[in-house]
Amino acid sequence: MKRAEALAAIYPAIRDDIVVTIMGAVAAELYQLGHRPNFFYLEHAMGLASSMGLGIALCKPARRVVVLDGDGSLLMNLGTLSTMARYRPRNLVHIVFDNESLLSVGGFPTATGTGTDLAAVARGCGVPHVAGVETVESFAREVEAALAGRELATIVAKVEAVGPASFHMDLGLIENRLQFARSLREGS
Amino acid sequence: MPVSVDASRRIYAALKACDVRVISALPETWLVHLIRMAEEDPAMTLVRLAKEEEGVGISAGAHLAGVSSAMLMQNHGLLAAVNPIVSLALLYKIPLLMLISYRGHMGERDPWQTQGGLVTEPLLSALGVPTWTLRADDDVTRRIRDAQTLAHAALHPVAVLLTRDLMWEEATPS
Repeated sequence: MKRAEALAAIYPAIRDDIVVTIMGAVAAELYQLGHRPNFFYLEHAMGLASSMGLGIALCKPARRVVVLDGDGSLLMNLGTLSTMARYRPRNLVHIVFDNESLLSVGGFPTATGTGTDLAAVARGCGVPHVAGVETVESFAREVEAALAGRELATIVAKVEAVGPASFHMDLGLIENRLQFARSLREGS
Repeated sequence: MPVSVDASRRIYAALKACDVRVISALPETWLVHLIRMAEEDPAMTLVRLAKEEEGVGISAGAHLAGVSSAMLMQNHGLLAAVNPIVSLALLYKIPLLMLISYRGHMGERDPWQTQGGLVTEPLLSALGVPTWTLRADDDVTRRIRDAQTLAHAALHPVAVLLTRDLMWEEATPS
């Protein structure tokens, strides 16, 4: 499956949730589907989107938080799975797009291409609900179940190593940060 | 244990007075009482980390969600967290209140702590992080409050170095 198709399939379900994405293709593709003030694109600090999502989920228990992660980012902060599993906020859904590649920097292969199984790592860390999916249909189904499930979930989606033609987003980093914080203040 | 319970109580009370509601931490000898106090406080969310850099993400998330937080770490934990301090906290103007046990400075007996001790202040200075060095005679409540006030006003990380003078009580000869 293509990540852009997968994102399009779940966009209506997550558009009102607090969403934190990693940098690069994921951010650009979500942005192109339609930016929302409740979306935050972490344009650096690779690996920390899930830690930010955990911090938000613990502070905003009445809101649903969705983290859009990637294999390269998650491999830089594997300990995050053990920390998320330890506190297992019921309002956090962790989606990992695994293209087995550091696409944004030229497509160098990551360790998921040579056997590292991130869903197995998440299970081994104690994440209560884990699924691995390979089609848009199963991805949409699993994400829908996770969003309704009220327990910490990690969904690992195998996607093709292709990205958008342009990563340009007409949104300044600080503009995004201030808008996102205001959106969280104004939500419950 | 010669880690000062009294100093730990004063620091914890100062954090409570600052309305800190989330603390991230990695265990370290000088911080054990503080971590235990956070653990036993039902009004505190304690996030035990696998590595200190996660703490920058936790604090960033908490701040954007409108909640004050603090990070408890050793100075070697600060070294582990440098990239997120730069590429999350400084890049996105996120305040961090970092309480850092200052190992490897004057009086240190453990050789393995000394390199970290030597680079701690130069590193904070290079990062442009305003720093208090907290000693036993200092007004802990006021210094921590002032550090947090600046962090929130400047949307910038600040550091409070917890010295041996404050944290460590030499065993009294019997």
